[in-house]
Amino acid sequence: MEARFHIGYPGFTLDAELILPASGITALFGPSGSGKTTILRCMAGLERSPEGFLSVADETWQDERRGIFLPTHKRPLGLVFQEASLFSHLSVRGNLQYGMKRTGHAEDETFEAMLDLLDIRALAGRMPDGLSGGERQRVAIARALLTRPRLLLMDEPLAALDLKRKLEILPYLEKLHDELSIPVIYISHSLDEVTRFADRLVLIENGRIAANGPLTEILARPDLSAAFAGEAGAVLETTVVAHEASGITQLKFPGGQIYIAGNAHAPGSRLRCRIKASDVSLALRKHTDTSILNLLPATVLAVADADTPGHALAQLRLGDEGPLLLARITEHSRRALAVAPGLSVIAQVKSVAILR
Amino acid sequence: MDNSSLIAVWLTCKLATLTTVLLLLVGTPIAWWLANTRSRLKGPVGAVVSLPLVLPPTVLGFYLLLSFGPHGFIGQTMDALHLQRLPFTFAGLVVASVLYSLPFVVQPIQNAFEAIGKRPLEVAASLRASPCDAFFSVALPLARPGFVTAAILGFAHTVGEFGVVLMMGGNIPGKTQVLSVKIFDYVEKGEYAQAHWLAGGMVFFSFVVLLLLYGGRRRAGWSR
Repeated sequence: MEARFHIGYPGFTLDAELILPASGITALFGPSGSGKTTILRCMAGLERSPEGFLSVADETWQDERRGIFLPTHKRPLGLVFQEASLFSHLSVRGNLQYGMKRTGHAEDETFEAMLDLLDIRALAGRMPDGLSGGERQRVAIARALLTRPRLLLMDEPLAALDLKRKLEILPYLEKLHDELSIPVIYISHSLDEVTRFADRLVLIENGRIAANGPLTEILARPDLSAAFAGEAGAVLETTVVAHEASGITQLKFPGGQIYIAGNAHAPGSRLRCRIKASDVSLALRKHTDTSILNLLPATVLAVADADTPGHALAQLRLGDEGPLLLARITEHSRRALAVAPGLSVIAQVKSVAILR
Repeated sequence: MDNSSLIAVWLTCKLATLTTVLLLLVGTPIAWWLANTRSRLKGPVGAVVSLPLVLPPTVLGFYLLLSFGPHGFIGQTMDALHLQRLPFTFAGLVVASVLYSLPFVVQPIQNAFEAIGKRPLEVAASLRASPCDAFFSVALPLARPGFVTAAILGFAHTVGEFGVVLMMGGNIPGKTQVLSVKIFDYVEKGEYAQAHWLAGGMVFFSFVVLLLLYGGRRRAGWSR
């Protein structure tokens, strides 16, 4: 899909141009007020950019130069808002059927499968007022998907939920990620959510696109660390190799392997891990007399000043052609070790977080 | 209660029912527009709709009588179209009542529409409902408490009007002599016993209406 929006408000200008793949979850990430929601509303047709352009799956939804603007109700999209937006005068089933009736879909196998996928079968007869926040969002997601949209837009669907409800709904979103073959635009200002299931990350700052690329690539860019504050760090896609008798689990990734503390996933299952920059230190030689499990040979690709004074971020390539990693080091160490592009180092990884 | 009282009661019910139905039909689009417009006319239109709240009913009735009379603009237009003149007819009462009770119907409905906000309608649009479809399938059902309040207030207020009715309709038994005018009639003639029947009935009716309104509001959480 391709989108171009330009809107001027008093005190804020949105100027965004995006080209996104035809499937996968794209996270729009940025601080509040950066324009994420405006981009989403433009995509939905709820806001009209005077010189806007939007095409989804080879269909033009908006092209102001040719005078094309499809109103929201003519766009095959699904929309999930931050707060529960179920119709309070309709039961859960009535809510689910609202969009189905208007798109001419019956209660077929897809409907049944959706009830199971989001685990809402038992809720069908209830009224929205009696549901928990997490249940409501699951119904809202199902309601949007049952119209068989060609684009799913989600505006911070978890932001209004407390941590417990969030953790309750995240597995469903991960399931969706595996089942959906349409592009999903997911707005969030939580890096935790984004790193769990986004494939692509679009960084938005002051109404502009600061970066747009695969999640692993964007997260490993040292020059963008300010956007992620203290949370900067790389994401690794790994596969479980084996559980060793000593209680550690071996994971492999293209060009290397890491160990994590015992983990219940079966060998062969895919795990996404996050390694914070602050959990990675650098050494010039391999110290074997250390409690750190993971000592990974790497090459420095780039070094940039970190967002906090006195610190720098080094971008590393693991192995020869392995994934990227970020390490947070002090200015002092940067000079002492002469960390510069091309330097061969050992990345000492203190901790690995399993995302999914 | 004598027969002429019953006729007045029947006429009042007929007038109030017809007025309420017309008010809901006329008031809903006005309320929708006021709740959603960003036009500069919102203020002036809202003020005009609310005028009957503050004007003495006789003032409204006086100008209605003038404009619908043989020398008034509307009266002359109706003459040109060979329509019956409205002053001192039941139809005239209905028109006057609709104008007089308009704010009591528009405001609750407008408040209900404003309380719903844009979000449910945006959701409806994302589920492929056209604006018109969304209005009937989402906005109207969600605003139902506002409509109930509006209908009750519109009906009760029409039953209770006096000044406008007297100016526009006069006091013609069976045609324009409504309850409030009938009571005035009895009192003028010194027939207090008859007046009591009607006046006491009105007190009881008004109390029941308000009880329904406030009781129902609390029960259903209407006040949100």
